[in-house]
Amino acid sequence: MSRHVVATAREIPEGGRKLVMVRGRPIAIFNLKGQYYGLLNRCPHQGGPMCEGLITGLREAKQPGEYIYSRAGEILRCPWHGWEFDIRTGQSYCDPERVKTRTYPVEVAAGATLVEGPYVAETIPVSVEEDYLVVEM
Amino acid sequence: MSLLPKGAIDCDIHPSVPSIQALMPYLEDHWREQVIIRGIDELNSISYPLGSPLTCRADWRPKEGRPAASVEVVRSQALDPFGTSVAIANCLYGIQLLFSEDMAAAFARAVNDWLVKEWLDKEPRLRGSIVVPTQNVEMAVDEINRCAADRRFVQILLLVMGDTPLGRRHHWPIYAAAEKHGLAVGIHAGSAYHNPPTPVGWPSYYTEDYVGQAQAFQTQLTSMICEGVFTKFPHLKVVLLESGFTWLPAHLWRLTKYWRGLRMEIPWVDRAPADIVRSNVRLSLQPADAPDAATLMKIMDHMQSDELLLFSTDYPHAQFDGTAAIPAGLPESLVRKIAIDNPRATYARLMETVA
Amino acid sequence: MNEIRSQGSPDVASASKVGLGDGDIHPARKGPKDFHPWLAKRWQDHVDQYGSPGRQGWQSGPAYPKSQPNASRRDAVPPEGGRPGSSLAFMQTQHLDANNIELGILNPLGSGQGVQNPELSAALCHATNEWQLAEWTSKDNRLRASVVVPYEDPVTSAAEIRRYADNPAFVQVLLLSRTAEPMGSRKYWPIYEAAAEAGLPVGVHAFGYGGHPVTPAGWPSYYIEEMTGHSQCQQAGLTSLVVEGVFERWPTLKTVMIEAGFAWAPSLAWRLDKHWKTLRSETPHLKRLPSEYLREQVWWTTQPMEEPDAKENLLDTIEWMGWDRLIFATDYPHWDFDDPAHALPVKATEKQRRAFFIGNARQVYRGCAG
Repeated sequence: MSRHVVATAREIPEGGRKLVMVRGRPIAIFNLKGQYYGLLNRCPHQGGPMCEGLITGLREAKQPGEYIYSRAGEILRCPWHGWEFDIRTGQSYCDPERVKTRTYPVEVAAGATLVEGPYVAETIPVSVEEDYLVVEM
Repeated sequence: MSLLPKGAIDCDIHPSVPSIQALMPYLEDHWREQVIIRGIDELNSISYPLGSPLTCRADWRPKEGRPAASVEVVRSQALDPFGTSVAIANCLYGIQLLFSEDMAAAFARAVNDWLVKEWLDKEPRLRGSIVVPTQNVEMAVDEINRCAADRRFVQILLLVMGDTPLGRRHHWPIYAAAEKHGLAVGIHAGSAYHNPPTPVGWPSYYTEDYVGQAQAFQTQLTSMICEGVFTKFPHLKVVLLESGFTWLPAHLWRLTKYWRGLRMEIPWVDRAPADIVRSNVRLSLQPADAPDAATLMKIMDHMQSDELLLFSTDYPHAQFDGTAAIPAGLPESLVRKIAIDNPRATYARLMETVA
Repeated sequence: MNEIRSQGSPDVASASKVGLGDGDIHPARKGPKDFHPWLAKRWQDHVDQYGSPGRQGWQSGPAYPKSQPNASRRDAVPPEGGRPGSSLAFMQTQHLDANNIELGILNPLGSGQGVQNPELSAALCHATNEWQLAEWTSKDNRLRASVVVPYEDPVTSAAEIRRYADNPAFVQVLLLSRTAEPMGSRKYWPIYEAAAEAGLPVGVHAFGYGGHPVTPAGWPSYYIEEMTGHSQCQQAGLTSLVVEGVFERWPTLKTVMIEAGFAWAPSLAWRLDKHWKTLRSETPHLKRLPSEYLREQVWWTTQPMEEPDAKENLLDTIEWMGWDRLIFATDYPHWDFDDPAHALPVKATEKQRRAFFIGNARQVYRGCAG
């Protein structure tokens, strides 16, 4: 593992994003309320470029006819098939039953490609050191 | 040939209303007289043209009159040869085609009373489905409430093609009544013909109409799942009757793929469609649309369930020869599930009176 | 928000050494004026004043709002702007080059098919056909055009087909699946006659607004139901083609069912066979089992490919149909796009893959045999 400076913190304002290349892998970096999160720029479904997706809130319902809206700005829709992912954790909302039972790796081993199974987007931890965004891969 | 075990439960037979005259004793005065004043001849749906080779198997067709029109005939043709212990009677007299809600409700009452007096009272092996005027959901619920006390009614009968998709909310009082009374909801092939019977207009041939029933079942399953019927009524049991079943896995693969991307439109659907079907939906066996047993087993493997199929003969419709209602080549354990266990698990009321 | 540009998936092109066929690409106009070189002023003015509505209620936009703008991938907006699919250069970079597409079949939508005014419909369809030649097939020889016809006017459609019958840039006649009558109806027979005469397959693409609810039991509430319903609409159309005897009457006619998946086909074939045998007396004009017509005269584009949880189940489906029946398609630039690298996640032999990804397309579309 080595540490890579990928951008300055100022480059990605709140609500913004930037696509960076680290060791040949495209990583989408998001700024959610001053915290930075990284996702591999390939949707675990068919490889769509996650960085070009729309950021939205989450809608849930206990009953038909309800649209309980929450988590504005925290959900990423894959630009292809619209699968929804929690930007912070990479977990998908497209099949809630299965998501409940799944865990996902916090560390990303170098050279890993798509995450096993279709329901989790690969996350890459981003740390802030002084004014720089650092990715360890 | 797979032998039917003793005590099989036939989930779909069709006693016929011999003629509108048979219903006259069960109509209120006004409606009885309307039949005479207006010359209302019959209420027979084109879903089953009377003379068609499919409507009645040749060896079951009487020389005169309508098939399956008396208890004696049904005993000797549909019950005894199969050794069935219980058969559920789904009457397909076309009351759903009427446009007048009041007339439809009157005829629904008459059909249900006729079913009780002429069939359920005379043959202890028979159970019934409550025919309802879906033209008016409140009246449909009234009829369900009226008939539900008779525990020999095990199901509410709806046609697969009515005025609006069955998942839509204005139908929900029917499902609430079903849950309340412990009745299954049976959706049967056939149309009210208030819409063209295909999604692309009126066909030229009966063959298209009948083959196209499968697509109607597909769209209704989509509707009930997407509208959240099973979220709202988690214990509801829906039975697709005379629907075929080999279309089911491919349809669910498609619906599930779209659900994953379009969840935002229907966030109350919180389980995969196939999971919903496995817990809440069943299908009657005939017409068995698999070309052989191996294919049938593959379809069930695709569905990851052996609990979905409910034995039926679909008597007197022509779906198989002789008594080969169970496709040949199925393992005995599966035959038993189809013939007995699955129907018992589906129809709660059956367990009350079946030995 | 920072601008991000994606160039497709470079690892896919290298993964595919054999060029692929794509049975369903959607070129789009940049704007309404794109058709003006081939659209009489009378119709330009008409559209300005009265629009070009099909049999649905909105002045603009589809009956059910889509899930993404223009029903397209969000990353398919060209760098220069404009609608997804409207820039040949971007289509080349993002899709044709990146995915090594060597044969792309154009199916232009929003081309006047099903428009209420029959003369306007014919004018728009004809403009679309000239536009395909001028802006697409003449500029990239991987692309082939479809003869877009005003199918609710079959006589005019037949004339349009005959107009392009000898132009090798055109490899297909395009219909939409939600017709005003089931598409096997005699009303439409002039189209099949002209297509068979020209040796052109008839492609039946999902959608259209024939005026009927998308289910045979009325209008559903949701876009997801409309999308799922294309499968049922195509099944009904195909049933009609079989039972009305279109395949029997024109034994050389080929049809391609486009953009409604394919896994529904085996069950339909079994059901047709079973009930046709019982009801034979109704259709003395049919001399063969329905499944035989399907087996010989019908192909299916693969998108949107069904995705069983147990991926190998799809192998059963393909075995039931035959590996020669499927034509790979991406539906570029629509959102339910199938990426070629992921589209066939099952074990297949090299021969089967070749047939799936390019071989079958070359068999069906004239002049494309490699």
